[in-house]
Amino acid sequence: MTGANGYSVIGKPFPKPDAVSKVTGRAIYADDMLPARTLHCRILRSPHPHARILSIDTSAARRMPGVRAVITGADLPIKFGILPVTQDERALEHEKVRYVGDPIAAVAAVDEEIAAAACDAISVEYEVLEAVMSIDEALAESKDERIQDYGGPNNIHKLVALEFGDVDAGFKTADHIREDVFFFQGNTHLPMEQHSAIASFVDGRVTLWSSTQVVHYVHRALAKVLELPMNRIRVIGAVHGGGFGGKTDPFAHEIIVCKLAILTGRPVKCTLTREEVFYAHRGRHPVLMWVRSGVTKDGRITAMHFKTALDGGAYGSYGVASTFYTGALQTVTYDIPAYRFEGCRVFTNKPPCGPKRGHGTPQPRFALELHLEKIAHDLGLDPVDLKQRNFVKPMTRTVNWLRVTSCGLDECTQRVMTASGFRTRQTQRGRGMGFAISSYMSGAGTAIYWNDMPHSEVQIKVDRGGVTAYCGAMDIGQGSDSVLAAIVAEELGLRPRDIRLVTADTDTTPIDLGSYSSRVTFMAGNAALQAVRKMRGMLVEAVAAKMGREAQDVPVAEGRIGDFSFEEASILAEARFGALTSAGSYTPPKIAGPYKGSGVGPSPAYSYSACVVDLDANPRTGIVQVHKVWIAHDVGRAINPLLVEGQVEGSIYMGLGEALMEEQTFRKGLHKWPSMLEYKSPTFMDMPEVETIIVETVDPEGPYGAKEAGQGPLLPVIPAVSSAVFDALGVWIDEIPVTPEKIVEAIRRKVKGEPPRFGPVRFPSIPYPACIKVEPPSKDLSASAASI
Amino acid sequence: MAREVDRQVIALDVNGERAELLVPVHKTLLEVLREDMQLTGTKHGCELGECGTCTVLVDGKPELSCLVLPVQVEGRSITTIEGMADGSDLHPLQQAFAELGAAQCGYCSPGILLTAKSLLESNAAPSRDEIRQALAGNLCRCTGYSKILDAVELAGVRMK
Repeated sequence: MTGANGYSVIGKPFPKPDAVSKVTGRAIYADDMLPARTLHCRILRSPHPHARILSIDTSAARRMPGVRAVITGADLPIKFGILPVTQDERALEHEKVRYVGDPIAAVAAVDEEIAAAACDAISVEYEVLEAVMSIDEALAESKDERIQDYGGPNNIHKLVALEFGDVDAGFKTADHIREDVFFFQGNTHLPMEQHSAIASFVDGRVTLWSSTQVVHYVHRALAKVLELPMNRIRVIGAVHGGGFGGKTDPFAHEIIVCKLAILTGRPVKCTLTREEVFYAHRGRHPVLMWVRSGVTKDGRITAMHFKTALDGGAYGSYGVASTFYTGALQTVTYDIPAYRFEGCRVFTNKPPCGPKRGHGTPQPRFALELHLEKIAHDLGLDPVDLKQRNFVKPMTRTVNWLRVTSCGLDECTQRVMTASGFRTRQTQRGRGMGFAISSYMSGAGTAIYWNDMPHSEVQIKVDRGGVTAYCGAMDIGQGSDSVLAAIVAEELGLRPRDIRLVTADTDTTPIDLGSYSSRVTFMAGNAALQAVRKMRGMLVEAVAAKMGREAQDVPVAEGRIGDFSFEEASILAEARFGALTSAGSYTPPKIAGPYKGSGVGPSPAYSYSACVVDLDANPRTGIVQVHKVWIAHDVGRAINPLLVEGQVEGSIYMGLGEALMEEQTFRKGLHKWPSMLEYKSPTFMDMPEVETIIVETVDPEGPYGAKEAGQGPLLPVIPAVSSAVFDALGVWIDEIPVTPEKIVEAIRRKVKGEPPRFGPVRFPSIPYPACIKVEPPSKDLSASAASI
Repeated sequence: MAREVDRQVIALDVNGERAELLVPVHKTLLEVLREDMQLTGTKHGCELGECGTCTVLVDGKPELSCLVLPVQVEGRSITTIEGMADGSDLHPLQQAFAELGAAQCGYCSPGILLTAKSLLESNAAPSRDEIRQALAGNLCRCTGYSKILDAVELAGVRMK
C-alpha cells in the first residue's frame, strides 16, 4: 500500500531484518564463535603509564603446557593507525609503553586460563618514565622524554589555526563582547559487547571475524602490518554488540589474532575483558575551550574566536580529525560572519581518545550553546530569540566554506517550544528547563585516505532465488541493513523481508567505508538507490517488451511488475539479459573549501536538532532528576521512523549520561574506574520519558531526502541539561559532567557573593601558529552551484 | 608443570533438557552454558555481576549466570533465551521487542527479555515504573530504554 508520502515502504515502521535472530539468541556475535581447535588469546598489558621496555623474557610462558605461541613486538614491528598522518601504533610495543593497558605480548593457548597464566609468566623489565597526565603537563617541557617522537613542541600533537573573514574588524563592530571558558571531561563508549575478534589461516589466506564498525579499514591495517596483499585477507563484520565510535579504529587484538592464527595454523580468538575495553577506549576527548564572541545589541554575532585544547591520550587515533572537528561545525548552526579557530591536541599517558558519537563536536557545542545563552543574559535578551536570530538559512555557505542545503533549525525549534511549553514555564526554585540546538554531518565529505573512489558501493543480484543486495556497510545495531532493505524493496515493489542482505564482508561485498560519521544511510542508501534503479529498469524493460507497452506504462508495486508477479518478471528479464546484476555507487560532491584542513567538516548534508530538557535540581544535595526531554530532529526523511526514533532516544540517553555522570578520569596514571559498576551510566531508573518529533525537510541529495539520525540528537542534550540547571538554581555549571558536587560548590560560591559558577577559570597559553587566513565564500548557494 | 583442575560431573536442566557434563568446578554457569553447551544466546558484558547481560532464569527468577556456579543450580530449572520461544513461535515479549525495535545491537536483549518474562509472570500488568524497577539491573547502551519499556508493556497487554 502506498502511504501518504507516495511510498509503500519508505516512511513505514518495519522491524529490522535481524530482529528475530537477536531476540531469540541466534545472532552470532564474534565471541559466540568457537570453531574446532580454537586457541584462546590473552594480551599482556603495561602496568605503567609511561616506561621504556628494557627487556621481555617469554621463555617461562613458552614452556607452559597448553601454550601454543607467544609473540611480542618484534613479531609485529610495523606501525599502523587509522589516519595516514598518524601511523603511530604497534600491535605490541617492544620499545616503549605509553599508557596503562598498552599491549606488550600475546599468548595463544588451549584455554583462556592457561593463556592468562602464561601472560603472568612473562617478565618485562621497565625503566619507568614520568607520566604526563593533563593538558597543562603536556604543554610544559617533558621531565623525561616526550610520549611520541612527532608533533609540536613538548607533548603537543597537533596545532591548528584558521581565520575566516576579518575577525578583528568583526569585534570592532560589536556592541558587546564576551569571553567564557568551559571544560568537557572525557568519557567512553561502554558498548555492552566487549571487543572480540577471531582469525583463521587456511591455505595462505587469513580470515578475521571481528566486532568492528569498519571492516575496510581493518582490512587495510591487516594488509600493512601482516605484509600480505589485501586479496589474501578477508575481514567479516560479525553481528555487532554496540560501537558508538569505539570500534572504528583498527585494534591491536585484531592484528594479534591474525598473526597467531598464521603461526599456529589454528583459529585464534581474543575477547577483551571489560577492563581492557576501558583501555581500548578511543572515546570522547577531554577538551578545554575558550570562546570570545562579539554581538550587536540585538544579539547578532559579528565575530567569534574559538580555542580548544584536547587531551588526546597516548596515540594519534582519529585525533587530528577530532581537533579540526572541535572548530568545524559551530558555523553550520549559527551565521558567524568572521570566525577564528585555534585548536591543539596534546599527548598524555592515557588510553587514546578518538571518535565517540558526535566526534569532536559535543564539546564545542556544549560551550557554544551556554556561551550564547550567557550573552543573551548580558544583553537582557531571550536566549531562544537570540539563537534563532542567528540561525543559518537553508541553501547557504558558511564562512568556513561548509555547504548547507536542507536545514530544519527553525521548524525544530518551534516544534520543541510548542511541545514542551518552554516559553510559558513557571519559574520555580529547583525546577528548570533548558534549550539547545545542534547539527551533525550525514557522512564526512572526504575519505580518511584521500582518493577519488566512491565512498559506498552496492551490488544487487536477482535470480530465481529472489533479490540479494551486497554492501560493505556494517550494521552495528543502528539499522543500516534496514535502510538497504527498505530502499531496494521500495524500488522493486517488494517488502523489506523479501530482500536478502549480504553485508560487511570484504570477500563478497563491495566497499563501503564503514559505520562512522553517520554516513551509511546517506551514502550506502544512495548507492543502493542507484543500483536498484538499474535493476528495476531491466525488469521493467523485459516486462514492457512482453506486454508490448512502453516502459513508463509498466507499474511496479505490491509484488508485481505490470501483468506479472515479481518472480515471473525476473524470469523474463533473466531470459532477456542473462545474469541479472546491477551496481551503484556514491561519491560525495567535492565541496571542501580552498584551504588546508578543509577536509574536516564538509558533508553532503547536515541534520539539525532542537531539544528541551525539564529537570529538578536539588539546591541542598545538587542531585539532578530529569523529568522529560523533548527533541525535534530534522532527519530529512525518515526511511524507517521506528528506527529513527530509536536512534534519537538512544542519543538522548547517551547525552544524558555524558551530561550528568559519565567521566573517564585517572589517578596516579591509573584509570579510576575501569568497570561497569564504578563507571556510572544511566540505568532504566535514570532515563526520563522522551518525546521525539521527527522533522522532514527532504534533503535534495539524500536518498528519498534522508539525512542522519544516529549522532546529531546527542549534541543539544548536554548543553540543555546545564542550561536547565541554571534555570532551576541560577548557577552555571561550565564543566561536563554536571555532578551534584559541582552544583553544590557553585551554590556555595553564589551564597558567598562569588561568581555563581563552577568551571575552569583560565585557558592555558598555547603556541598556536599564525592563522591561515581564508577568504569567505559567497554566502548564497544558488541551486545550480550546489557543487563547486 | 601440569595444571591440576578439579572437575566434577554436574547435571543441569536447561530449557527442559537434562544434560550431564564434566566441568571444572570453578567454571561459572555462564561459561558452562556458552562453552560446554553451545548456548551462546546468553551474553556477557562484564563477568562481574554489574551489567545484567548474562541473566538467565533459575526456577523462573532472574539470576546473573556470571556469579553462579553450576553446582549451585543442579536440579533446578534453568531457562536461557534459547528456551523462550515455543518452537518457532516467538514468545509475546520476543515478538514485541522485534516489532517495536527494542533490540538495536541486541546484545543486552536476551538478559532483558528473560528478566521481563519473570516480571510478567508475577505481575501481569506492571506499571511503567514497576518495569523500570524490575529491569534496573540490566544495562542497555543503544535504545535509551524507551522502546524496551514500550515492548514490555505491549507484551503484557497481549499476554492477558
